[in-house]
Amino acid sequence: MITFMNNSDSEEEPCNERTSLMSAESPPVPSYQDGLQASEAGEVQAHRKRRTGSSRSPNNIADGNMSDSGVPVRESTSENEEEELTLKYGAKHVIMLFVPVTLCMIVVVATIKSVRFYTEKNGQLIYTPFSEDTPSVGQRLLNSVLNTIIMISVIVVMTVFLVLLYKYRCYKFIHGWLILSSLMLLFLFTYIYLGEVLKTYNVAMDYPTLFLVIWNFGAVGMICIHWKGPLQLQQAYLIMISALMALVFIKYLPEWSAWVILGAISIYDLMAVLCPKGPLRMLVETAQERNEPIFPALIYSSAMMWTVGMAKPDTAARGPSQQTWDAAEDGRENHRSPSHADPQMSETRSPVPTRPITSFEELEEEERGVKLGLGDFIFYSVLVGKAAATASGDWNTTLACFVAILIGLCLTLLLLAVFKKALPALPISITFGLVFYFSTDNLVRPFMDTLASHQLYI
Amino acid sequence: AFFWLVSLLLASLIWFISVHLSDREDAKLQYGLLVFGAAVSVLLQEAFRFAYFKLLKKADEGLATISEDGRSPISLRQMAYVSGLSFGIISGVFSVINILADSIGPGIVGIHGDSPYYFITSAFLTMALVLLHTFWGVIFFDACEKRRYWCLGLVVASHLLTSGLTFLNPWYEASLVPIFIITLCMGLWAFFTAGGSFRNILKCLSCKQEDDSRVMMYSALQVPFED
Repeated sequence: MITFMNNSDSEEEPCNERTSLMSAESPPVPSYQDGLQASEAGEVQAHRKRRTGSSRSPNNIADGNMSDSGVPVRESTSENEEEELTLKYGAKHVIMLFVPVTLCMIVVVATIKSVRFYTEKNGQLIYTPFSEDTPSVGQRLLNSVLNTIIMISVIVVMTVFLVLLYKYRCYKFIHGWLILSSLMLLFLFTYIYLGEVLKTYNVAMDYPTLFLVIWNFGAVGMICIHWKGPLQLQQAYLIMISALMALVFIKYLPEWSAWVILGAISIYDLMAVLCPKGPLRMLVETAQERNEPIFPALIYSSAMMWTVGMAKPDTAARGPSQQTWDAAEDGRENHRSPSHADPQMSETRSPVPTRPITSFEELEEEERGVKLGLGDFIFYSVLVGKAAATASGDWNTTLACFVAILIGLCLTLLLLAVFKKALPALPISITFGLVFYFSTDNLVRPFMDTLASHQLYI
Repeated sequence: AFFWLVSLLLASLIWFISVHLSDREDAKLQYGLLVFGAAVSVLLQEAFRFAYFKLLKKADEGLATISEDGRSPISLRQMAYVSGLSFGIISGVFSVINILADSIGPGIVGIHGDSPYYFITSAFLTMALVLLHTFWGVIFFDACEKRRYWCLGLVVASHLLTSGLTFLNPWYEASLVPIFIITLCMGLWAFFTAGGSFRNILKCLSCKQEDDSRVMMYSALQVPFED
C-alpha cells in the first residue's frame, strides 16, 4: 500500500488544509463594489452577525462599504434583532455542524470496529518513516516526534505552495490538483474500502458489478462535488470522502505518532490561522480581497440558498435550494471563501458563515449555512477512530472523545460568533479530545470496569 | 454530558490515586475504596449539576437581555429537563455500553457462579438510572431556583441511596425493587414540580383542543408561541 503514496501526495494533501472558522465579518477592504453579491456576503454577515461589544468599528467600516444596502441606518436600529438572529442562527449552525461531524465519526468508528483491515499494521506512510517497533520507550518517543516533525513540515510546505499558487492565480493548477485528489479518493480508496468490507462480511461480488458500482459512485461524486448537485448528496459525498481519508490515516499512522501529530497539527493550525504571517491567514485575506468563492471539494457547507422576493434579477435566476459551487461559471458566488487553503483531498478547513444571496431591500428568507473545512472532519474522525481502535476501554473512551470533540466544536463556534474572524477549528476540540482520551483510558476505565464487575452504579 | 464526564473524570482520578496509594492485596480495603470512590463520584456529579445550573442561569440571563421581548426563548424547566436527560443518557451509556458490546460475543452469563440475570438486571438498572437522572435534574433545578435547599439535600441523598442500593447486587430483590420505587417517587415529585397536576393529565388524555395552550418548542432558541 505504500507504493502509491509517493509524489501524488494523496495523503498529505488533506493535511495541508488548515481548519479555520471564518467569521462573518470580513476585514474592511475597499474592493467591495456595488451590486456585487459577493460583497454582500461579507457585509451581510458583518451586519447580521454583529454583536455589540465585539467589533464595532470594523462593522461600521463595513457598513460604509456596503454598496447597495443603504441600510446602515436600518442596521443600527435593528441591531438587537440582528443579535437575536445571530444567536438563533448560531445555535442552528451548531446543530447543522454537529450532524455531519457525528455522521463522519459514526462511519469511521463503525468501520474500525467491524473491518479488521483498518486496524492491522501494514506498513507506514513515507511521511512517517520512523518505525515505532523499538525496544525502549525513549526511542519510541523520539521516533514519533521525528515522524511528527516530518509530517508537519510536509504540511507546511504544501500549504505555503498552495498559498503561492493562489496568490499568483494559478487556478488551473489548483483545479487540476483538486480534481486529481478527489478522483483518487473517490475511486481508489472507495475500491479498497469496498473490497475490505466485502471481505469482512464474506460477500462475493464479481468484477463487473464492482466496476459498475464504483464507477457510478465515483462519477456522481465528482459531479456533485465539483459541479452542481443536490445539496444533501454533496454533503453526503464530502462526509464519505472525509471518512475514507480518516480511515487511511488511522491505518497508516503508527500509534504514538498519531497522537503527537494530532497535537502538533492543532498547534500549527492555531498559528497558521492567527499569526499575521500565517499561510492560512494570508490565504483567507487574499480570498476575501478577491471575493472569490472557495473551491469546491474543500469545504463542507450546510447552506441552502434560496431567497424570497429577490431584488436582484440575477439572483432570482438561481432557483431554490441548490448549493451551487460554480463560482467559475457564475462569478457571483456570494459566499465568502476565506480559506482557499489546500484544495487537497478536500482538506480545507474554513468554516465560514455564508450569506448566499442577500438583498437588503427586502427581508429575505434564507438559510445561512455554516462551512467547515473537510480537514476538520478528517482530524476529528482520526481522533475518534484511533480511540476506538486502540483504547482497551473500548466504547467508553470513544464516547468520551466524541462528546469532547463536539463540545470543542460548540465552543469554537461560540468564539467565532464573538470574534467574527477566521478561527482555527482544530485546537479546542483536539485538545479536549486528547485530554479525554488519555484520562478516560487510564483513569476512568479501571474505575468503570471495577464498578461494572460488581454491578455497581454511580 | 460534558459536565458529567468531567465529574466522572475527577472521581476516577481520586479513586485511582487512592488505589495506588493503598495496599493492592487487601480485598476488603479495595472494596472499601470502591465504595468511597462511588460516593465521591455521586457527590461530584451533583456538584457538577449545580455548576451546570449556574452556567445555564447565566446563559439564560444573557439570552433574556438580548431577546426581543425580554424573555429567554428557552425556559428554565426545559433546560432542567434537557440537563437531567443528558446526564442520564451519558451516565446510562457509560454504565451499559460495554456490557452491551460484550453481550454480542459468545459467552455464558454467570458461568463462574455469578448471577445469570446479569444482563437483564443491568438493563433495568440502567433504565432506572436514566429516568432518575432526568427527574433529579428537574427537581434539582427547580429547588435551586426556588432556593429550597432541603429539596437539594433530598436529591443528593436519594442519589447516594440509589448508588448504595446497587451495592446489594446480586441480591436483586433488595436492590432493584427499592430503586424502582425510588424512581417512581422521584418521577411523581418531578411531575408535580414541573407544574403537572391531575387536571393536566385528564386534559391530555381527553385530547381536548386547548385554545390557550402554549406550544413549547424544544429546538434551541425558538420563542414559544403565545396567543
